[in-house]
Amino acid sequence: MIKIQNLTKRYGPRTAIDNLCFEVGRGEIVGFLGPNGAGKSTTMKIITAFMPATEGTVTVAGYDVFDSPIEVKKNIGFLPETPPVYTEMSVQDYLRFAAQLHGVEKSKLDGAVQEAIEKTGLGDVRRRLIGNLSKGYRQRVGIAQALAHRPQVLILDEPTVGLDPKQIIEIRKLIKSLAGEHTIVLSTHILPEVTATCDRVIVINKGRIAAQDTLDRLTSRIQHGRVYSLAVKNPSAEGIAAIKAIPGIKSVTDAAHATDKKLTVEIAPEAGELRDRITETAVSHRMGLLEFVAEKLSLEEVFLQLTTEENL
Amino acid sequence: MKNIWTIAYRDFRSYFTSPIAYILIAGFLAIMGWMFFFNLSYFNLQNLQAMQMNIGKGISITDGIVRPLYGNMNVIFLFLVPFITMRLLAEERKNATIQLLLTAPVTLTEIILGKFLSSFLLVLTMLGLTAVYPLVLVWTGNPDLGPIALSYLGTALLVGCYLSFGLLFSAMTENQIVAGALTFAFGLFFWLINWASQSVGSTWGDVLNYMSLINHFNQFSQGVLNSTDVIFYLSFIGLGLFLTHRVLDSFRWR
Repeated sequence: MIKIQNLTKRYGPRTAIDNLCFEVGRGEIVGFLGPNGAGKSTTMKIITAFMPATEGTVTVAGYDVFDSPIEVKKNIGFLPETPPVYTEMSVQDYLRFAAQLHGVEKSKLDGAVQEAIEKTGLGDVRRRLIGNLSKGYRQRVGIAQALAHRPQVLILDEPTVGLDPKQIIEIRKLIKSLAGEHTIVLSTHILPEVTATCDRVIVINKGRIAAQDTLDRLTSRIQHGRVYSLAVKNPSAEGIAAIKAIPGIKSVTDAAHATDKKLTVEIAPEAGELRDRITETAVSHRMGLLEFVAEKLSLEEVFLQLTTEENL
Repeated sequence: MKNIWTIAYRDFRSYFTSPIAYILIAGFLAIMGWMFFFNLSYFNLQNLQAMQMNIGKGISITDGIVRPLYGNMNVIFLFLVPFITMRLLAEERKNATIQLLLTAPVTLTEIILGKFLSSFLLVLTMLGLTAVYPLVLVWTGNPDLGPIALSYLGTALLVGCYLSFGLLFSAMTENQIVAGALTFAFGLFFWLINWASQSVGSTWGDVLNYMSLINHFNQFSQGVLNSTDVIFYLSFIGLGLFLTHRVLDSFRWR
């Protein structure tokens, strides 16, 4: 649905994005993740045909962004960082205007507005002035605006920024419910957002793609060594020493817990399968093994590693 | 064409969903009404004196009422146009609503023409409401309708020049007051530009006279329709809109 090849954008001597390549398939939700100033918004502006690229090509729904921007814009619904709402208009008038502007025919206008209002749950406030609505509702109006002309592609620039936790959950649910019907690219620097909504993540840093993969694979790929966490009743010193003695174990740390003790066992990346030996050792030293969990790096840690380490 | 109308209609309505249109129209009509009353009574007084002293035919309605009235109307528009145009693009830039327009499948030309048309429609509304003065004149007297009709045409074209440059200044800044102040200064300057024509030699004097916005209007209010004047105004409007296009286009390259 979206195809980006060798995309480069320079502002004078400063390179904002450098040789980006990626594709987004039909019906996918892709998270566009990166620290501030990484080039997320620039990329989105280029995809929406707002600004031209210095080099490279972008095609959306089969149309080239540079050659036929009008066709591209027809197929895209865009929610910029600040929802572009006219405060002196009522919700339904505004949505009508947005739909009209995106080329919805007059006969289908009422249906399109109605559908956008229903999808975003704005029925109660449809006649109210946007200026009198709360931030969360305005954001929804912004999303409804992007939906109103039933575009194939939705580009959402930080859709949950500045909302309270309840609103954030609602907006995320809304975005998830839109998947399938629309292809969605969503940018954020809030990590749980990606975990909560996206199928795939593209991590961008300093204008380059640092990683792109599904969440699970990204997390496992980044994990250099493996980390296991053991809950035990009786963490005897000789037991810990015995686990430490298994070849390939990097470190064992124990931490006090409310009812039981927790051991964190880190394994060197080059070591093979050690789980059976760890459990055997724990059992043979009568440590009272209660739990054995393979720890996953949270996305936060993945993100930090990807954007701080030079080579991956 | 449809897109131009969509944008123009939204902006035109937003003049009326805020107090702007009502305040402008009320102020405009109050001042115009006062001027019309003053012109009318002064005209009656002059003709009464001419009759009593028996000197000639007195003064015509065109010279006594129509020309001063529409001349004054243009001065008032010089003051009012900044308030009409200053928000058109500056407010959109400030509230980031311009992104909606710039990422919608419409061309820059359509956006600019839509914006211009909305402000022009407001001016036409104001002009339409002043039609009551000629109606009073027709009802009570026998005015020459040609100069009146051409005064309206000339005023519409002249105000169109202010509007197009008002739109340009509104595109150049996020600050509405800056946009308004520039519009006023610009309009006043092109109004007074021929003051220097006496002291710069004949060639430059002609150029300055030609560039003065008000000079071209005098022809209209005398009942003379000259294609030079119409073309001057239309190209002035076109230049303002073209420069606005360049300014908006430059957003994409920043």
